[in-house]
Amino acid sequence: MADYKPNEMMTIAAARALRNNDVCFVGIGMPSAASNLARLTHAPDITLIYESGTIATKPDVLPLSIGDGELCETALTTTTVVEMFRYWLQGGRMTVGFLGGAQIDRFANLNTTVVGDYDKPKVRLPGGGGAPEIASACGEIFIIMSQSPRAFANKLDFVTSMGHGEGGDHRARLGLKTKGPTKLITDLCVFEPDPVSKEMTVSSIHPGVMEEEIKAQTGWPVRFAATLTETPKPTADELTVLRDLHARTARAHGTA
Amino acid sequence: MPRFLSLAEAVEDCVRDGDTVAMEGFTHLIPYAAGHEVIRQQRRRLTLIKMTPDLLYDQLIGMGCAEKLVFSWGGNPGVGSLHRLRDAVENGWPHPLAIEEHSHAAMANAYEAGAAGLPCAIFRGYLGVDLPKVNPRIKHITCPFTGERLAAVPAHRPDVAIVHALKADRAGNVLLEGIVGVQKEVVLASKRSIVTVEEIVDEFGPRSFNAVILPAWTVGAIVKVPGGAYPSYAQGYYKRDNAFYISWDKIARERETFLAWMKANVLEQGPDVFARHVRRARAA
Repeated sequence: MADYKPNEMMTIAAARALRNNDVCFVGIGMPSAASNLARLTHAPDITLIYESGTIATKPDVLPLSIGDGELCETALTTTTVVEMFRYWLQGGRMTVGFLGGAQIDRFANLNTTVVGDYDKPKVRLPGGGGAPEIASACGEIFIIMSQSPRAFANKLDFVTSMGHGEGGDHRARLGLKTKGPTKLITDLCVFEPDPVSKEMTVSSIHPGVMEEEIKAQTGWPVRFAATLTETPKPTADELTVLRDLHARTARAHGTA
Repeated sequence: MPRFLSLAEAVEDCVRDGDTVAMEGFTHLIPYAAGHEVIRQQRRRLTLIKMTPDLLYDQLIGMGCAEKLVFSWGGNPGVGSLHRLRDAVENGWPHPLAIEEHSHAAMANAYEAGAAGLPCAIFRGYLGVDLPKVNPRIKHITCPFTGERLAAVPAHRPDVAIVHALKADRAGNVLLEGIVGVQKEVVLASKRSIVTVEEIVDEFGPRSFNAVILPAWTVGAIVKVPGGAYPSYAQGYYKRDNAFYISWDKIARERETFLAWMKANVLEQGPDVFARHVRRARAA
């Protein structure tokens, strides 16, 4: 299967990170596509949870919003939003949280709040939503984002949700027992944190991508792991399931 | 016992200039019809609270109803920015908008604390992030039993809650199903409330023993507005009009197209337009 787009490689690589026994708190957009692809391929028993309160939801099409009726209709049960954040997220029931973001730094801190000064922003972004507590309460965090020098920033204007903070043992110093970001999946490669410094380090490169390209699309001097692997190409099955999912979704949202 | 009113009467009676108003609905059951009536009655200097401001608050802000927004995620879900919110924050149009920004966890906890009659909400949150640096209402307390440092935010105690629900019965009890969000909490936390409903029935009929019910004596005013949550949705009645949410991006991007849309679709319309929206969306 030779013909696929970088975005498809990214979503498929992200889906592969999820396991069949995960309980996953799903962000909207690309995390939702990856999580449902996992459910429709190698992880049929995965529990997907959206912050609108829907537990073990199995949507046939990707929701446009975090609270589309499709999520509720296909869920095992739907809780109040208060209960979702208090019992299920804060209570430590999620093995993994899947996030996206507008900007990320080398320690996988995310900014979805402002570009520029908070009080006089150049660009006012939507804000954190559930992300600040998802990032701290889930067992580990996967992040999916397309690379560009602006999105992969040397310094964030605002830390909306904490990754590894200033690096090293910063999370532990704040009393956090969760792992934080363990995988960052992009359209070019996969990053994992260095075991000691916690700096996000390229561990796997997607087929056909050059190291120079990754350097050019990263706003900090990017590090590569000593032993680099090549991300396995998308299989025919992964591509078919993903494309069918997107086609059903476009028809359902009137954008086909 | 709530009063059964027309939408114009309910807003006239319950919403005053300068009030703190929470029109809740977590994607589902957003009270568009009631929000549009607030715009038509030209309420001013409102403090608007909502976890996800959505298109409705974009409209209220762009029409100059708000002086402050308390929120946790201000976007058009799955589409992009709320352009009127951005214009107010970035450029002060139509006038400057103060913001008090939280996380979803903080907002949900603050509603629950309001419903519980507590002064503040306590939770494990805001660890290692910048919001506490820019929002002085985010504070911390130490657990007297374990010594753990926990986040605290003030309870939400709005002057008015406005929500949309599925049904009311003739006694004024209100039924909610599906994604129920923070609807119960916001009504219980508020001094006054307006609940718009899809229909008013003699009896609710068979339902789960654990259905979300607001007893009549907790509700201020009830208004029947079929389709009143459109382009949001009412579970079992009509779906979210995702195509409209996508098209809003273009409408709201420029001030002129926004104002023209509001004039034609809100200022020159009444609550009856919502039933027509739903019929049209069903036929499409």
